[in-house]
Amino acid sequence: MIVAQRKSISDIHNIIKKHENILVLGCGTCVTVCLAGGEREVSIISSALRIASKKSGDKVKISELTIERQCDNVFIETAAEEIKKNDAVVSLGCGAGVQAIAERYPNKPVYAGLDTAFLGILESRGVWTEKCAQCGECLLSDFGGICPVTRCAKHMLNGPCGGSREERCEIKADQPCAWQLIYKRLKEIGEVDKIKKIHVPKDWGKSLNGGSRIIIREDHRI
Amino acid sequence: MDEKTFEPKIVAFCCHYCAYASADLAGSMRLQYPPNVRIIRTPCTGRLEVEYYMKAFENGADGVLVAGCLEGGCHFIEGNLIAKKRVKGIQKIMEECGLEKERLQMINNSAAMAKNLVDAIHVMIYVVKQLGPSPVNKKIGIGH
Repeated sequence: MIVAQRKSISDIHNIIKKHENILVLGCGTCVTVCLAGGEREVSIISSALRIASKKSGDKVKISELTIERQCDNVFIETAAEEIKKNDAVVSLGCGAGVQAIAERYPNKPVYAGLDTAFLGILESRGVWTEKCAQCGECLLSDFGGICPVTRCAKHMLNGPCGGSREERCEIKADQPCAWQLIYKRLKEIGEVDKIKKIHVPKDWGKSLNGGSRIIIREDHRI
Repeated sequence: MDEKTFEPKIVAFCCHYCAYASADLAGSMRLQYPPNVRIIRTPCTGRLEVEYYMKAFENGADGVLVAGCLEGGCHFIEGNLIAKKRVKGIQKIMEECGLEKERLQMINNSAAMAKNLVDAIHVMIYVVKQLGPSPVNKKIGIGH
């Protein structure tokens, strides 16, 4: 899922204070699970913004709404009435959600209330870790399901670098060496030979180079 | 009401198993505490979501006191420890939106500690009086 974090209330307040009517719009998918932009966070952030506005003497009126998904037209439509009623929208969706709303409402200012951080998983209660860098060419099959592009600080495809100490990364000592994890995992699944494979330089053209990416599936188009 | 005669409005979330019972005991013991405090009984302090605190402040509370069981003595094992962490998180949000974090305090109190609860209420009222009315609600206090 997409993992995001709340921007500071003072930052959001500075952005919205020139408007009179603001809609704080939550998203019921990834950002709900990572406790950043779901219905409860909409309520908390709205309350905090009302307090900040009252303190600074602004006359901002804040409405709240959470839709199922902000990156999907079907669900964005359910927020149409509320969006039209307000002067601007603070989206608590990920970067995709903010842009999806902004594209559908060209005359309406849409502000990001969250900082979208990474694609990751819930490790334990209150801990999220990055697992995928969305490089566009997945090599996980070669590395026993552990991604060196994301989890190795040097993004090495032919590791380890030799700098790890006691199975910890030399760049980030609080994190395990990804190549140590890869070796252990390949050994456990009986594919340790894979570690000898030399990987040619990766085609980063499939990554963020050259602007945003697009996937077109002709078999699904109407 | 000017700031000299300011009487703060304090919301006290009290756990049913300890602080609420100690407030009851305070009554039986004829221990008095100022009428600034509005006690709200909660099944456990761990039940109090962040929204509850935010709504209290948004609606004009000058201070919020959370009274849970002694650490290790929670009826639901760790509800008071959850509340403790949550209170710290809320204090951070409060600072971001311009409220002094001292307006939110948590205490741990057993059902037998009536005097402790009364003392904590006095301290809370003193602290909030020093801070002045909540910026949310400057013109409204008790009597308005």
